[in-house]
Amino acid sequence: MRRWFRRKSSCQVAKDRLKILLISDRVNCSPELLELIKKDIIKVISRYVKIDSDHMEIQISTKGSKAGRGAKPSICANIPIIDLSASGKQA
Amino acid sequence: MEKPNFQEPRRSEVIVVTSGKGGVGKTTTTANLGTGLAKSGFKVCLIDTDIGLRNLDVVMGLENRIVYNLVDVVEGNCRVKQALIRDKKHPGLFLLPSAQTRDKSAVTPGQMVKVIEHLKEQFDYILLDCPAGIEQGFQTAVAGADRAIIVTTPEVSAIRDADRIIGLLEANGTQRMDLVINRLRIDMIRRGDMMSAQDVVDILAIPLLGIVPDDESVVIATNQGEPLVGNLSPAGQAYGNIVQRVAGKDVPFLNFEKRLSFWTRVSGVFHK
Repeated sequence: MRRWFRRKSSCQVAKDRLKILLISDRVNCSPELLELIKKDIIKVISRYVKIDSDHMEIQISTKGSKAGRGAKPSICANIPIIDLSASGKQA
Repeated sequence: MEKPNFQEPRRSEVIVVTSGKGGVGKTTTTANLGTGLAKSGFKVCLIDTDIGLRNLDVVMGLENRIVYNLVDVVEGNCRVKQALIRDKKHPGLFLLPSAQTRDKSAVTPGQMVKVIEHLKEQFDYILLDCPAGIEQGFQTAVAGADRAIIVTTPEVSAIRDADRIIGLLEANGTQRMDLVINRLRIDMIRRGDMMSAQDVVDILAIPLLGIVPDDESVVIATNQGEPLVGNLSPAGQAYGNIVQRVAGKDVPFLNFEKRLSFWTRVSGVFHK
């Protein structure tokens, strides 16, 4: 019973998979490239503030356009900061 | 059927029916849309652009009457008029069949545009049945189209391909695109095992033209070679509504949709 409630419907699974699939299809950007960008961003920002790299999210979206197509894509990163004052060499 | 009282289009409209993925119902949609428009009193020409794999003639039940085909027209073996097959059951409905023994390179986009320009003088609607894929056959089919109907099913693969096609059509400069969602199963949507029409529209973000339920009468109609548009089956009704929307009428979506979205919500609660 618990499993039945916790199970994601296959419809939801399909929607989630499509979302990720179409973002990379539309901007022609592979997940590997995204991972490389993420690593470099962590490296740079860690020089100044302590960040929670495990919970960092990075994605390419085409926000601002209704269709999500044709518009210029942008990189959105959500980086949780652990300690702002820790501007030292934490990393 | 009575003649429609809405304004007839002054100029002819060229519509390409495409999908990217094969087997989602392009040919069935083309056949039903064409037959429905002809039943409403319009002059309609269907062009099968799937050279080498022609199917529209079979779905229409006109396979025994082919003399010349699209490639013959392009190569100058006959006049366009000679290649057109008149559907005896529906006045005003004509088919320009494709060649079965050639391949996609037999017709170029430029030649296609020329044929369409010629046909535009005589017809209200010209419907192009596009081959699957995004190669030359696709490019040829979309070259002369003012507007596109994208057919998809609520499956990940079909939606992904449809998204790609929409991108390509945008690049091609197609002014108008509409979505037809085919083979929807209400029972599966209720269980949360199929994406609803709204889900698909949200993802693809183009206007919805129609929803066609999964219906075994489509198979029966194809067996018999007679499009089912306008009859009492769910799919026949759905295609009837699509025809009216294409002709510019504002028709509400079929009733099952409301029930469906309600049930999606209910089942959604359980699956959270």
